Amino acid sequence: MARDTIVLLGVNHKTTPLAVREKMALASGYEQPLADLRRLDCLEECFLLSTCNRVEVLFTCKEPDLARRRVLDMLFAGSVSREEVSGCIYQHRDEEAVRHLFLVASSLDSMIVGESQILGQLKEAYRFASEKKTSGMVLNKLLHKSFSVAKRVRTETRIGASAVSISYAAVELGKKIFGDLKGKRVMLVGAGEMAELAAEHLVGQGVAEVIVANRTFERAVKLAGCYHGRAIALAELVEQLQHVDIIVSSTGAPDLILTRNDVAPVMRKRRYQPLFFIDIAVPRDLDPAINEIDNVYLYDIDDLNNVVEMNKSERDKEAVKATRIVDEETLKFCGWLENMEVTPTIIEMRSMADQICRDELGRTLGRFDSLTAKERKSLEKMAASICSKMLHHPIRYLKTDHPCVDQQKRVEVVRALFNLDRDGSDGP
Amino acid sequence: MSYLLFQVSFVAYVLAMTVYLVFFFTQKKYVRGLARKLFFAAALLHTANIIARLVEAGHTPITSVHEVISFFAWSIAWCYLSFRWRYTVKNFGTFSSILVVLLMLVSALAPHAILPLSQTQHSWLFPVHASLAIVADAFLALACIGGLMYLLQERELKQKRFGFFYSRLPSLESLDKLNQHCLSIGFTLMTIAMFTGYIWARRIWGGRNWHWDPKIIWAMITWFLYAALMHQRFTMGWRGRRAAIVTIVAFMAVLLTLVFLFRGVHGHGA
Repeated sequence: MARDTIVLLGVNHKTTPLAVREKMALASGYEQPLADLRRLDCLEECFLLSTCNRVEVLFTCKEPDLARRRVLDMLFAGSVSREEVSGCIYQHRDEEAVRHLFLVASSLDSMIVGESQILGQLKEAYRFASEKKTSGMVLNKLLHKSFSVAKRVRTETRIGASAVSISYAAVELGKKIFGDLKGKRVMLVGAGEMAELAAEHLVGQGVAEVIVANRTFERAVKLAGCYHGRAIALAELVEQLQHVDIIVSSTGAPDLILTRNDVAPVMRKRRYQPLFFIDIAVPRDLDPAINEIDNVYLYDIDDLNNVVEMNKSERDKEAVKATRIVDEETLKFCGWLENMEVTPTIIEMRSMADQICRDELGRTLGRFDSLTAKERKSLEKMAASICSKMLHHPIRYLKTDHPCVDQQKRVEVVRALFNLDRDGSDGP
Repeated sequence: MSYLLFQVSFVAYVLAMTVYLVFFFTQKKYVRGLARKLFFAAALLHTANIIARLVEAGHTPITSVHEVISFFAWSIAWCYLSFRWRYTVKNFGTFSSILVVLLMLVSALAPHAILPLSQTQHSWLFPVHASLAIVADAFLALACIGGLMYLLQERELKQKRFGFFYSRLPSLESLDKLNQHCLSIGFTLMTIAMFTGYIWARRIWGGRNWHWDPKIIWAMITWFLYAALMHQRFTMGWRGRRAAIVTIVAFMAVLLTLVFLFRGVHGHGA
């Protein structure tokens, strides 16, 4: 009897353009899609993760190809065509799926490598899956393991501590200006990927509000929705400067969108509270002269790159170390997974019984010198048959299909009763 | 006895400053803990020194140059500690301890004989006026240090060249908060000190209560500078670089006032 296959289907920022990702994102929350997936009888367990940068579906099943079709139809049929979905989706099975999940959890697959938000999102998603009871023994174990892998990566490498990207550099600078970014307001001008990246990082720092201004208003509304923020029209830009503290500009506009003369009068209205402009657009959106105004700080992409360059090589080293940890943990998990089948369990059980038999016989027979070879043989025979009679029912319990306890559960019970996982690789 | 305590506390301040400087260069956290303890111990010793001197002299020890400067250093130390207790401003201790040590040095060089009180100083208003003024100046001195730190950090951020100070100085926001906190307290105390000074002057000089004396003029100028800054801060929201510069300039006026203190009307033979 074969074990269920672990399958992971997903799209992320690397494989899929934002426009498609947006349509695939589970905008209505996890509850409905999880309930839908539960009704698919080809799935054993399932789990969903949807963030601004990725949608991942993780499930176990007997027939992966059938399940894949059904799952994709169920989740995305309304929004994206089948061809489009199969064009951008990636699929991992078993070991690869485990590895991918570990990479995601430890933020090695993130847009900003080393950011910590993803772990929170993963835990939140898992909360829904366990509340709806769509995750079972295998996925529970897998997800718990992914949390601990992420923790291990975080504590054993400095991946989260060093400047990982331009956005990170921007946050560092922001902290030198504002002290703490909690309670600050951020305005994104232009709703491209770069803006999103910066927003993600700033939201991770606890900023109070995200305001999005974009040429196409619809897009602004969507991005603002990701961060529970608010969208404004590009025409309101100058007026809004009065209420925000950090401005991230990344439009594709060929000319400057804000000049010194736009910003200078605002400072008086905002009682000279500091303003921090980050211009990551090429060509630049913001007039370099803005930096000359008191209490206004303007950094463009080159300035930020200088900050990033300072510790780039160190970051690469840390990523290698982190990947090594993920590989190691993947192997460990797969070892556990293999044991969760019937045949290895029976073999282990038998060899354990044999071992006990041999030990006890050796101890007892050693004390009797007068026994003949024949007597000795029959004693050994008796011990062996006691063992196999004792094991008869547990083995039958494992092998035969049971109406109310599924196979995985039975394996688990038997392994626990006979203490087969005593080597410390913790059972569920 | 009191002078021995003075010397011991001076040595303790120097030690604290040295350890603070070691922390400033190496940025090792455990060094900072040691520096803080040393500084606190030095401030306690200094307090003992001032009390001992009060007992020896029989009046508040703020009559000679030695005493005034020492009292000034003591006030700065305690103002710093009171601030430290509520806010954290990275490496503020290093700068403050340097100032305290410099003042202690000046004080140590001045003759430390106990002077008798002059005729005019026999009023109870004298110790109130003088100690309030000195404590006010201590807060303003801290504001000035904060202003200097602000300008250093702001320059690095504006020029986008991150040198030695960038990682060692606190955020602009916390320095600005420091400025506001020290200014509000310092300015309030200064106002009360000026008022008590006015009453005291009325008592000794009778109706002729205005003297064209450089010390008083400078004190007025200083007060107006701070008043203007406070006004702009609260009504217009002045902050940051501008506030830092005015704070530093105004503190220069405070120092000038102190220089005249030892010469003008307040001079002790008058």
